Order: sequence, then C-alpha cells, then structure tokens
Amino acid sequence: MKKFGKQGKKETPPISTASLPDIVFMLLFFFMVTTTMREVTLKVRQTLPHATELTKLEKKSLVSYIYVGVPHAQYQRVYGNEPRIQLNDQFAEVRDIVDYIVVERQARDEAEVPMMVTSLKIDEYTKMQIVQDIKQELRRASALHINYSARKRVENL
Amino acid sequence: MPKKTPEIPSASLADIAFLLLIFFMVTTTMDVDSGLERRLPPLAPDVENKDTPPIKERNVFIVLVNKDNNILVEGEWMQMGEIRDKAKEFMANPNNADNLPEKEIKEVAFFGPTEISKGVISLQNDLGTQYGTYLAVQNELVGAINDLRNELALSKFNKRFDLLTKEEQDAVREVYPQRISEAEPKRVGGN
Repeated sequence: MKKFGKQGKKETPPISTASLPDIVFMLLFFFMVTTTMREVTLKVRQTLPHATELTKLEKKSLVSYIYVGVPHAQYQRVYGNEPRIQLNDQFAEVRDIVDYIVVERQARDEAEVPMMVTSLKIDEYTKMQIVQDIKQELRRASALHINYSARKRVENL
Repeated sequence: MPKKTPEIPSASLADIAFLLLIFFMVTTTMDVDSGLERRLPPLAPDVENKDTPPIKERNVFIVLVNKDNNILVEGEWMQMGEIRDKAKEFMANPNNADNLPEKEIKEVAFFGPTEISKGVISLQNDLGTQYGTYLAVQNELVGAINDLRNELALSKFNKRFDLLTKEEQDAVREVYPQRISEAEPKRVGGN
C-alpha cells in the first residue's frame, strides 16, 4: 500500500468549473422545453376519455378552454362533489359561458375570431346533462367550432 | 518527488451536456392538446325547423345511447366495437340494398359523376349518459367516415387521405360527407 500513502500527501486539484455554464444551460433548455405553460390551475379532477380519431389543436392562442369535472377535495366543502364547470381560474355556472366566450373573442384579433376553437376538457364520468347545457350555451354564443379533448387510445391488437 | 495529477479534461463536457440535452428533447413527450373535432349546428329559429323536409327512414342511421350506456343502433342492441362496421356499411351501401340509404349522382372533381349516399347519422343520447361513452360513440362514427375516406383515397390516389392535396381531400369529402346530426337528448331514464 505504498502507492496510496504517496497519494495522500498531494493536494487535490480543484474541480474544473469551465463546464458549469453548459450544465446550467442544459437544465435551462430542458425545463424550457418540457414545461407546458398552463395559465390556469385546475380546480376540478379530470380523467380525459380516450379516442382514436384525434386532431391536434393547431393554434394554441386561438383556443379557449372549458373544464368540467368533480371539484378537488379542498373545494368540495364549498362547491359540492357534483361535476362543475371551470372557466379560467374560477368555478362558473352554465350561464357564464356566453360572457366568457365574448371576453375571449375581444382578446383576439378580429380577423382571427372565425378560427377560434373551444376545447371542452370534460371528465369521462360526467353525465351528459351538463355537457348538453354547455353545448346549448356555445350555440347561443355561436362558438360552433368545438373540440372534445381526449387522449390517444393505444390499440391493443 | 510526487507527481502532480493531471486535470480532468473539460473540453468534452460540453459535448456530453449537449448529448444529454438532445436526448431529453427527443424523448420527452410534450403534452399536446388533441381531441375530437366537431361543429355544432347553428342555433336556428324554431320556424325553420318545421320547413325541413322529412328524411326517409332508410336514409337515417339511428344511434341511441341510454343512461346505462347501452347502445342501440337501428333498433339493435350493440357493442361499441360493432358500430364502426355497421356505420361504414350504411354510408357506403356497396350492394345498393333497399334498406340502406339512397344515392344520388353528382359531379365531383377527380371522380366524375359519382353516386353519393343521402345517408344521415343521427345520434341521440340520454341526459344521464356518461360523457365517456358518448365520446366513444362519436369517435366510432367519425372513425367510420374517416375509414371510408381513407379507403377511397387509397384506391383512387394510392395515398392516405391525410397525404392528399387540399383539392383532392375536398373531392373525397364530397363523396363521403360527414353528416352526423345530434338530436336533443331526452330524459328517459331519470337520473
């Protein structure tokens, strides 16, 4: 063990920090790429249904979202455990949808309004009653282009 | 005399970092928003509804979903997996059967005069139906028409429907229009 004895006397060289910026940049890029910006915090529980005939939502800026589902546990005391509608950051009633669509439209360029899509993110276990009410409201607001949000089903052959 | 240990070369570290970066960029699946695209009918005044001509029974493909998520297609109790084939048979009517929809001849670009089915798919659900089932049925119906379009595109242009040019797609769409109408749901089964 002479070899090790010799080594102990030497001073350890400092760890090179030249590559630190690279590592930091790598992490930065990684997080920039993977985080999907979500403007709203979900207050309702959602298991999206699965489907095969999917189309991607092309222009994210032209999409307005309507969330439906059972409120999370901390909101159940106030909002009950029946499926509720969430618009932006708040729970809403069916009658608020028309106003929501109008506000969403005003935020967009006039030329882009006809291309707007409403994405319905609805929990699988919701009853159709509430979905039907939402559809009626959307027709009233003439926001006719809708997209039932769903996940890709993997075919098990 | 003790030898100085050489410094670890750091030149290649940047490469490793980039390698990792690229690896993560490739492998992470970003949460893409996708869904079933549909168009709602515009809210028509009640007066107009009365003027619409009645549609013959053979031209309508009736799909009913009840509150227990059972599916009734053309008076027959059906499983989810069977709807697509049934709907395809209805829309295509390959043998010109009497009980399947009529066809009318129309001039379509690329195809010339073509027989186009007058069939309409009518979907009605109960207010107590589960959204998941409703969407699955819609998915099957949209899928049936997409399948037919795909088959036509393959036989005519030797290409999948989504790879066709805009004009070709429009022509195929004209041959197999997506006519799915949704009736107002009824509350039959209670809650």
